[in-house]
Amino acid sequence: MDRRLAIKWMLAASAGVVMARNPMLGASNPPGIAEPEPPFGYGKDSNLMKASKPGDYWPLTFTELQRRQAAVLADIIIPDDGKNPSATSVGVVDFVDEWVSAPYPDNLRDRKIILDGMAWLDEESVRRFGRRFAESSEADRLVLVEEMSRSQKAEPDAGSSQAFFRLVRDLVGVGYFTTPVGMKDLGYVGNVPLATFDGPPAELVAKLGLVDEVKW
Amino acid sequence: MAFITPSTTADAYDVVVVGSGAAGGQAAYTLTMDGARVLMLEAGRNYDPSTETPMFQTPDMAPLRGTATPDKPYGFFDATVGGGWTVPGEPYTNASEDPARQFMWYRSRMLGGRTNHWARHALRNGPYDFKPRSRDGLGFDWPISYQDVAPYYDKVEMLIGVYGTKEGLENTPDSPDGVLLPPPKARIGELLARQRARRIGIPVVPIHRAVLTRPLDHVGIPPKLHPGNAKAQRILAEDMRNRAACFWATQCARGCAIRANYQSTTVHIPPALATGNLDILTDAMVREVPVDEAGKATGVIYIDKRTGSEHRVKARVVVLAASACETVRLMLNSRSKRFPEGLGNSSGLVGKYILDTVGANWGGQIPLLENLPLHNEDGAGGLHVYAPWWLYKEQLAGTLGFARGYHVEFGTGRGMPGGFAPYVPDAGGRTTFGAKLKEDARRYYGSHVGFSGRGEMIPNDDSFCELDPKVVDKWGLPVLRFHWRWSDHETRQAAHMQKTFADWIEAMGGVNLKKPLNDGAKVIDPGGKVIHEVGGTIMGTEPGKSVTDAWSRTWDVPNVYVADGGVFASNADKNPTLTIMALAWRAADRILDEMKKGNL
Ligand SMILES: Cc1cc2nc3c(=O)[nH]c(=O)nc-3n(C[C@H](O)[C@H](O)[C@H](O)COP(=O)(O)OP(=O)(O)OC[C@H]3O[C@@H](n4cnc5c(N)ncnc54)[C@H](O)[C@@H]3O)c2cc1C
Ligand code: SF4
Repeated sequence: MDRRLAIKWMLAASAGVVMARNPMLGASNPPGIAEPEPPFGYGKDSNLMKASKPGDYWPLTFTELQRRQAAVLADIIIPDDGKNPSATSVGVVDFVDEWVSAPYPDNLRDRKIILDGMAWLDEESVRRFGRRFAESSEADRLVLVEEMSRSQKAEPDAGSSQAFFRLVRDLVGVGYFTTPVGMKDLGYVGNVPLATFDGPPAELVAKLGLVDEVKW
Repeated sequence: MAFITPSTTADAYDVVVVGSGAAGGQAAYTLTMDGARVLMLEAGRNYDPSTETPMFQTPDMAPLRGTATPDKPYGFFDATVGGGWTVPGEPYTNASEDPARQFMWYRSRMLGGRTNHWARHALRNGPYDFKPRSRDGLGFDWPISYQDVAPYYDKVEMLIGVYGTKEGLENTPDSPDGVLLPPPKARIGELLARQRARRIGIPVVPIHRAVLTRPLDHVGIPPKLHPGNAKAQRILAEDMRNRAACFWATQCARGCAIRANYQSTTVHIPPALATGNLDILTDAMVREVPVDEAGKATGVIYIDKRTGSEHRVKARVVVLAASACETVRLMLNSRSKRFPEGLGNSSGLVGKYILDTVGANWGGQIPLLENLPLHNEDGAGGLHVYAPWWLYKEQLAGTLGFARGYHVEFGTGRGMPGGFAPYVPDAGGRTTFGAKLKEDARRYYGSHVGFSGRGEMIPNDDSFCELDPKVVDKWGLPVLRFHWRWSDHETRQAAHMQKTFADWIEAMGGVNLKKPLNDGAKVIDPGGKVIHEVGGTIMGTEPGKSVTDAWSRTWDVPNVYVADGGVFASNADKNPTLTIMALAWRAADRILDEMKKGNL
């Protein structure tokens, strides 16, 4: 998950404009010849009606230690704020695990960043505080997270701990805000059938100085 | 029995239709409603939108939260089966290694083809669009004019249901009264974009989309579409009653289980089946159109994909509706003593003049749309408004640096969060997390606008497809090899699009997330990316200079018609599918006429 995708999210979220990932950017479709891919992943005709969970389509990766670290990180990124629950409570760790375990080119790229970053984080934590990240004190964890969250550049350098953290943050964000709980938190109130579509609230239209002038 | 297996096909049909998408669906509908016995052959599997559409599923029910993958390029829930940018076992190739000269080909392998997931934008071509060469000396005029097609646009719009308004704009035809359905109300971002667009001279009006904003008039429409045909009227009236109106939720690209938008599988095929005149064979890959001594097609040869066995079926008429490039491939693969270079290819033009739509995209963030009060913007599951091409004067004066126009599709709003990271600005490179992340995500959610330009490409000699001399698919059939080149007309147009979008974002008081590029070659989408490929079997007035006549009949073989976008002699900025259906209906009417006269 990189910036390119984050920006696409907002475009995709803009209703109706179809945004697809450009396969030219992935290793899946080299210029010159568009070869069929070997069957992998969930394929091109899976049952769309059946709800699935991480692990159903390909084996997961995280060890117990990695899961613990991911859980701590996820809940620092999206904590329980008293109003809405935290990232781990809606299965975000399973999602991140599913993401880094998937066989697609983007996932393979992210897998390396995440697994290397997680190993580094534990080493760094042991080196400085004598304990793995998940076992260190809240204050010590926060020191590391603060450092990882600060980048001199808008896009952190590839391979840096800042780039690792940016990716984890994006993945945790996706994992959380795409659940019913996260959608509610975000303020998405659709996906319910309505008898009529009434457009935006009249007060809002007036406040922005707009007029709804479609005649029919 | 309608869905049949190879052992139960009839010996002979009036018409065999190859393909079940917009073109095949429309052809089969028109033919069967008027009594012709039709066999439809579809290379993909049977597909039932009423049981297979994930209407209300949320991303957390899907692998990878529904994100796009090479398996499902438009996301897990998208209604594409068996395809995407690649189809397993059915490759295609590009002749050049140059990234700027690639063609991307999107296919589905399912009943209904790509109509199950298309965006449902249903625009008419205007009068200029059929005579572009007469206006600017480039490309080709069609042998038909807007007046020839207009009655068929009316019929298709009444049959499938299209919302929109009459705006009286240049080269943007109005439909007659009573044909269109009311447009949905604009969303807040659409209203803002429209108000600000006016300041920079861009008109924003309701788009035309094939979505039922109210139930179809099942009393008034059937007699208009099938005058004097009581059986057809009864079947259509019954079918229209069974199509619900949009309930303002879910995403049309997943398909529509309540049949409120147009898919061949929910609109064309059900009434055609109800006539009792239609047989459908799925998993049937047509590989050849054989001809007899006299040079007439005898039917088709197809491969039963489940067993790999080959079968023949006879018909008086063959309608090719496999989508523009697949039809080219089938014709080129149909070699005989009579047609050594492929069926209908005496002109050598089969495969030439493949066209896509020029695409360029851009997005911005709009502070005025931050922190809006919560409200539901699902609407009709897609765009409510758009900007038709507006610079006709400048175009005629030749001051733009490119010859043809584009329209603008844009989206704003508080749609269902998909499988992408929430947008937060990460000011100063600081990765936002914790309470601030949630706060920012809420603040910025729905505050973006994304623009896509959709422009006209001019046919050129370097954009075509042919059989690859080496590569075959898993049935041993030669595959297509694409050649592609955008001309300056297209790349300059793409740069103009991006500049327009950047200005528009500024006019909305918004922030461009990047600086627009002036280099159109970097801005333009690759060929095929917009998935509006047409041409390859273009229609014309003379046999040596075109593949089909003005009725979509191949010049060389009197009983073979092309119903898909292959016959397009130009590709207006208007999305092609409504025109594909109008021409398919027109060709089918002609076939019925000629059959009645005993000419076929
Ligand atoms: C994401 C997306 C969005 C789009 N949005 C729009 C839009 O808003 N407006 C618009 O106008 N257009 C849009 N389009 C384009 C639109 O989908 C196509 O123009 C339309 O589907 C073409 O219809 P068709 O019948 O020619 O081909 P298809 O719909 O592709 O159907 C052809 C069928 O023929 C079958 N077939 C192929 N070869 C053979 C063979 N040899 N034997 C038997 N069967 C065969 C295929 O399996 C397929 O099912 C969009 C497309 C995509 C992918
Ligand atoms: S938005 Fe309306 S037309 Fe589109 S899928 Fe949902 S109910 Fe059907």
